[in-house]
Order: sequence, then C-alpha cells, then structure tokens
Amino acid sequence: MPYIAATDRDRKAMLERIGSGSVEELFSDIPAAVRFPKLKLPPPLSEMEAMREIEALAAKNLSASSSAWFLGAGAYYHFIPAVVDALSSRGEFLTAYTPYQPEVSQGTLQSIFEYQSMASALLGVEVVNASHYDGATALAEGLLMAYNAAGAAAGTRDKAIVCADLDPEYKDVIRSYASAFPICLEFLDLPPEGAAARADDSTFCVVVPYPSFSGTLGDIAAAAKAAHAAGALLVAHADPIMCGLLKSPGELGADIVAAEGQALGNPMSFGGPFLGMLGSSAKLVRKMPGRLVGEAKDAQGRRGFVLTLTAREQHIRREKAVSNICSNQGLAMLRACIYLAAMGRSGMRKVAELCWSKAHYAAGLIAALPGYAVPALTSRQEFFKEFVVFTPIPAAEIAQKLSRRGVVPGFPLSRYYPERTHELLICVTEMCTKGQIELLARSLEEAAE
Amino acid sequence: MNLRPESLVYELSSPGRECVSLPACDVPPSSPPAGLLRDALELPELDELTLVRHFTRLSQKNYSIDTEFYPLGSCTMKYNPKVNEAAASLPGWRNTHPLAGDEFSQGSLEIIHSLQSWLCEIGGFFAGSLQPAAGAHGELSGVLIIRAYHEARADHKRRLMLVPDSAHGTNPASCTMAGFRIKAIASDAEGGVDMAALREILSGPEASAIAGIMITNPNTLGLFDRNIEAIAAAVHAAGGLVYGDGANMNALVGILRPAEVGIDVMHFNLHKTFSTPHGGGGPGAGFVGVRSDLADFLPGPIVAKGGDSAAVAYSLAMPARSIGRLKSFYGNFGIILRAYVYLRMLGPEGLRTVAENAVLGANYIKALIEDTYKVKYPRRCMHEFVAQGDIADGVHTLDIAKRLIDLGFHPPTIYFPLIVPEAIMIEPTETESKETLDAFAAALLKIAWEAKESPELLHTAPTTTPVGRLDEVAAARNPVLCYKG
Repeated sequence: MPYIAATDRDRKAMLERIGSGSVEELFSDIPAAVRFPKLKLPPPLSEMEAMREIEALAAKNLSASSSAWFLGAGAYYHFIPAVVDALSSRGEFLTAYTPYQPEVSQGTLQSIFEYQSMASALLGVEVVNASHYDGATALAEGLLMAYNAAGAAAGTRDKAIVCADLDPEYKDVIRSYASAFPICLEFLDLPPEGAAARADDSTFCVVVPYPSFSGTLGDIAAAAKAAHAAGALLVAHADPIMCGLLKSPGELGADIVAAEGQALGNPMSFGGPFLGMLGSSAKLVRKMPGRLVGEAKDAQGRRGFVLTLTAREQHIRREKAVSNICSNQGLAMLRACIYLAAMGRSGMRKVAELCWSKAHYAAGLIAALPGYAVPALTSRQEFFKEFVVFTPIPAAEIAQKLSRRGVVPGFPLSRYYPERTHELLICVTEMCTKGQIELLARSLEEAAE
Repeated sequence: MNLRPESLVYELSSPGRECVSLPACDVPPSSPPAGLLRDALELPELDELTLVRHFTRLSQKNYSIDTEFYPLGSCTMKYNPKVNEAAASLPGWRNTHPLAGDEFSQGSLEIIHSLQSWLCEIGGFFAGSLQPAAGAHGELSGVLIIRAYHEARADHKRRLMLVPDSAHGTNPASCTMAGFRIKAIASDAEGGVDMAALREILSGPEASAIAGIMITNPNTLGLFDRNIEAIAAAVHAAGGLVYGDGANMNALVGILRPAEVGIDVMHFNLHKTFSTPHGGGGPGAGFVGVRSDLADFLPGPIVAKGGDSAAVAYSLAMPARSIGRLKSFYGNFGIILRAYVYLRMLGPEGLRTVAENAVLGANYIKALIEDTYKVKYPRRCMHEFVAQGDIADGVHTLDIAKRLIDLGFHPPTIYFPLIVPEAIMIEPTETESKETLDAFAAALLKIAWEAKESPELLHTAPTTTPVGRLDEVAAARNPVLCYKG
C-alpha cells in the first residue's frame, strides 16, 4: 500500500498501546450484521497500469488542443501561461486547507487578498469574495444576496427580473437556488435596458448578462439607471476577459457582479473546476456570502492577512448564515490570481483585443457565405467573442460532421432550444489562428453544399 | 517557512514590465466603439521572474500536507497522491469541453459513470450524482431531494429538519437554503443523538411537520452512534427521511455501507475521503447518493450507460423529477478524475485498509495523550477524537494550537464541536507514519508540561512564523479587503 506508512510491526505496537487485540476490535461499535461488507469494486492497479488506463480513456475525448476550436457557450478555450501551472501546482498551495490558522497560512491568505484586489479592479466593484463553485452559482447567490439586502430594507420586494438571453444552465441554477424562497422569478425576453425598465416597487433586483448568451452587449448603464429608479439592485454577470478592454459592469452601475472566472487561467476540464466570482459595492458586504480576507496587524505591527467578517458564515451563524458555502474553488481562484498578475493591464487588454478582432473577422467571413447569416452584424448589435450564425442546414448536423474532422464549429442552439434548429453559437478566442478561422469558413461552406 | 515579509503584487509592479508574450494580431484588426472602452485597469505590471519569486515565496508561508503533519479534525487531511495530479494534467482531460457532445466526450463520461457506480457500491446506494461541487453543495442537494420527496407525496407541511447540536454549521445552513426550519437535538452522555429527546419530538405536536433528520456518523466527536438503526427506524416511522453527512466517511469505507443502517440520502466529500487536494479551500466535490425511490429527484444531468448509437456507450440524462441543476455542467470533473484514479489504485481491500489505519491512528494518539488531555467520552474513537485544552490555569486551547505551530505541526481543529468546551479535534488520517504520530503526541505532552512550567511560551506563540497572532477584531471592525495603493 503506497499511501499507508504503518507496517505490520507498527500496527502491532499501536494496538498494544491502545490495549486492543486487533484492528477489527476497534470497529465493535458497528452493527455486526453489516460490518465489513464485500465490495464489488475493480481490483487494484499499479501506478503504471492506472496511468495507462487513464491515457487510453483520455484519448476517447476530443481535445481542443488538437482541433480548430470555436465552441464556447459557458466554457472557454483561452491561453494559459506556463507560470500558472508551475506555481499553482506547488504542494504548499495545493495541499493546504482553508486558512483557519493565519500564522501558517499567509501564502494562501495573501494570494486571496491579491485576487480580491485584482478581481475588484477588473469587475469595477469595491469587494470580491474568495470564490464560489462557478459563474452560475455565483450569480444565483448574488440574486439571493440582493434578496437579503432588499428584505432588510423594505420587506415587500419579492420579484427578480431576469433577462431571458442568459445562459440556460444559469437560469436553471437560479431556479434551483431560489426554489425554497418566496421569490418570484420573471424571465423577460428583452435586452438589459428593456428588462430593467419593467422593474417596479415589487422588484428587488434585475439580473443582466454582459454579454448575453447569444453574445450581444446590452446597455448596462441604462439598465442600472432604470433598476435604481425603481429601487431595485442591478445584478450583472460578466465575461472577465472582456472586462480587460471594455467598461466593467461595476463602472456601468451594477451593484452586484458575478462572473465565470474559468477563462482566467483555468482549463476547461470538461466543465469543472471553474471559478465563481462575486463582487459588490462596499455597502452590501455584510450580506455577501463566501469567504473574505482582510488586512490585519500582529502585536509587533507587522502586516498580515486573516479571514474576516466571518459572522456572515455558516460555521459561526449556522441556520442564520447568509449562505451554506464552506469549501469553495480556492485553487481555481489562485490560478486566476496568478493569471491576472502575469497578464497585467497590458496583457488583459491584448487578449481581449485579439478576441474582438478575430471574432469580428470570423463573423465577416461567415456572413458572406451563401446561406449563412450573422444577425448581430445585420442588426448592428455589438458583440465581443461570441455570435449567433443562422445556418442553411440544421446546426447540429454541421457540428457533428465538422467535429469528426477536427473542426469544432460552435454550439447548436437546438441543444437548449429544440425549435432553434438552424442556429449555431460561435466563439472565437485568441487561441484561434487566421488559418483556423478560414478553415472554419471553408468547412461551413462545404457542409452546406 | 519563509519568514521574510513579502510585498503585494501591486507593490512589486513597475510601469512597462511584461510577463506574458502574446502573438501579434494575424487578422485585420478591428476595435470596439470608443464608448464601450474602459479608461483604466488597475492591474500590476510584473516581469516573469519577479512573479515566479513572489508566488514561490508566498507558497513558502503555508503549512501544507506536503510539508507538515496537518491533523485538522473533520477535514481528513490525508496525503494527496501525485499520480492523481499527473493524470489530471493530460491534455485529453484539461482541454475537453463540457458541451462537445456525448460522442466526443466518451472518456470523461466513462470516468464519471464508473466513479458514481463505485461510490454507490461503497455507500450501498441505488443511484448518485457527482454534480455537487463541495460537501455543503451535496448537503443542499440532499435536503432539496428530501423536500421534493415530500412534495411529490403532496405532504406539503413537512418543513422541519432535525439536526443534532454537534453537527457541522453547514447542516443547518443548508436546511435554511432549502426552506426548512431547524430543530436542534441534544447529545446524550456518549455524544450520540439523545434517543429520549428524539422520541419526544417525533411524538410531539410538530411530528407531522418533520421532514427528516441530518446525521453525521461517526459524529463530530469521532464516535460511532450505536443507535443509528433505532434512530433511522424511529424517523422513518414518523414519516421522515434520514440524511447522512459523509464528512466522516474515512472511518467507514469498506467497513460499513451507510444505506444498510437506514441512511436514505448521503453526500461524500471527495476532497476528504477520496484524497483529492484541498487546494487552500477548494475545489472539492460532493457526490450525493440515494435509495431507489429517490433516484428520480437527483440533481443532474447525470451519466447513464447506453446511448443512441454504437459510438456512444455513455450519455447524459436528466433524472425524471430532478430537483434541477445545482451548477453548470456535471460537477468538478478534475476532482472526479483524481478520485477515480485513487479508487482504481486502491481496490476494495485497499479501501478497507484506509479506514482501519485511520481509526487505528486516532485511537493511538488518544491513548498517548488522554492521561493529560481530557477526552470527555472515554470510548474507542473512530477516525478522530475530541480532547480538551483546559490543562492548566490561564491556558486555553488557542494557546496550545499556536504553540504546536512553533513545534512544527499544523494545529488540529479547535473550538469545534461547540458542545465540548476548549475542544481540540484531532484527525491523523491513515497516511501518517507511527513516527509522526509519536512526535505529535510528544509535542502535545511537552506543551502540557510547558503550560505549567513556562506558560509564557504558550501565550506568546507562535514565534517561528512570518507574523504572530493577528488582531482579527480590529481587522473586522475596519475591513480592508483590497489593496488601496
């Protein structure tokens, strides 16, 4: 047994010290009839055999690194500098736990503080917490945070307006999280500014995507103004890569900002671990779920960092806590921290510029193909790295055919919306070369012939 | 441990420095309208070596399993095998997209399917979902399943959940998020559920409102509740369900299948029992397993065997009456993969060996220190036990914890469970050698001697760390949560 240090001799000595005749005897509290079951699990493998099996299974997946990759829709293929893996995989970070003992956890605590600082700057808010499970749960908890904040102030507001053009999985997660509360969710098929204009004195928040699931950019500033005029909070979900170039949601007036931080240095990894980012204005911080790190001093006046404002959390407040979250996505957060520090202001801007230019180049090429159309271009709507394409044949057929040839053209919207059979959501990041974009256009053209 | 002060990334920044080289734009450049552009972005500017030294030095300010004994009770800080990390770093796992389609994701789907089947076998459950991202997320799934079960039977008034007073804080907090009220149940003289108190509630005026009970067994005192079958039978007879909190499953793998003593719904923490790294706070994974009549309520989608073509052996499907989606996609796949590798290498016998050695190690430390540190419940413990830090006048558990740091050990969990004054909760795990356990016990005994002979050593500890005790009260009164420049 490679992971167990005790030898038979050790075990014998330990049992003697305990005063027990056998290891089995230690389990005499367990009902005898069901003790020591025979488990039907596969027999053990050596490390070499296990790796061989894992490599064979990995080969059954289609990997973005060996394809021309245009699929996003909530998980994004972005560049990860080598420093991110090299530093985040250090055992001292990887195998530490929640920094409950600050004197021996300053590495984790200071890196959380640095992440909070950089993420706040990026999203344009005053405070960002130490992470949620992913963008969807961060947004759902952001909505509950707005509910708690409004509840304390008014008590009569029970409605959340949600833009319908939000990632359908996020909408499902919001429904699950809100299901136990007396909250009325109103999904409106309107852009952010239109949805927010419907806010009234029963609305506690308006939830807007920036950009929307179909890639378009609404008027967040107008949405914030309308929500605030009705006495509601504006909760935005943002693309953090886009925030390297475009105005942040906080800057545009959002009170609570959630974001999927996977794109910041975390691989797609079949959908997890991702990084839920959640931030807000300072005045809402006592309603914020999740861990927060603050600056502190020791008796000698030395600067250090501690978990703070813990009176919000489950281990102190139990059933009165603002959330049940305990374990978060610490390592994914550390990766984002290293990524943001490595990219810096110019790197973040450059990546976003590359996404913008390449996505717009691809959209232009595809719009010119016979039978294809890019509605964002024809209706002059702004988009960042994703856009919808109307296809001449069912998009799911195109996706299957092209994926088999190593060109993954995007996400067929029929997978979420069965009636939208001829729509493909295409994502272009800095990872896509000009050659791959042109290959995509040629492949789409051939597929329709 | 690196004792030198380390600047913040912002303080290391110098305008014009770059760390990452990016390619030139190879398509005709275009740019957003000026009105959309942001003015400033306050991020630091570093060169690569400065960045590498910064984060390397920060890492050296942590205690971790790779560097120190970390007997944090209830957290199961076992060794995290390096092969798990090597496996997870293969491009075939890292660069896979959750929406690529079943045909292009068969490797990932097979991993999820195998692991969920094995975890069901280990727990005795009929079905399970790996979607929850952490233990508390698994708890939320579980109690939402209990809610859905009663709703489906049109039993709408069952909104009261029983939670022992020794439970983790996440239990009552998860209940609140699922719309339940809480009733705390007292512990009996042995730290288990007080059967008389339970029976009184179950036959009292609120009996018909009881949705179920949340049980942690072994409980947070590290004791196996011998009444578990009676508790489950009583709650079932009253129309409630029994939720099992699997935080302490490391004591039971290969020893007992919880479903066989009446647990209906349960979560396992893959980052505890199944050796995935804790990562400074996460990510974890919180498998939830259920008995057969609850399978339709599981959160999803989950992986099923069989698909619509020969090329598709595994596919994704939403359970018929699912409580819904609790996060995007299918769980923390990278963590699921690590747990798969761990179980694949252990096999059934190895798994039982894990629990046996975990329990042996805890009883061994207990035997070495219990003449000095009171253990309130003098029984065989399971994988952990709770001692008390009232070893000398004026000395508290916090002082003992901080002195342990100076002696090279991460402190145990302290002041939890709340029902034991001055609690010190010690969980060694199976991966520590006898030499380490001996050294740790010796350190605790040395501290007990120091507490009487030179208590200032305890009160001023730690002195071997980059900072001493930090003023948490001042930090919370005037919170500084971001670099202010």
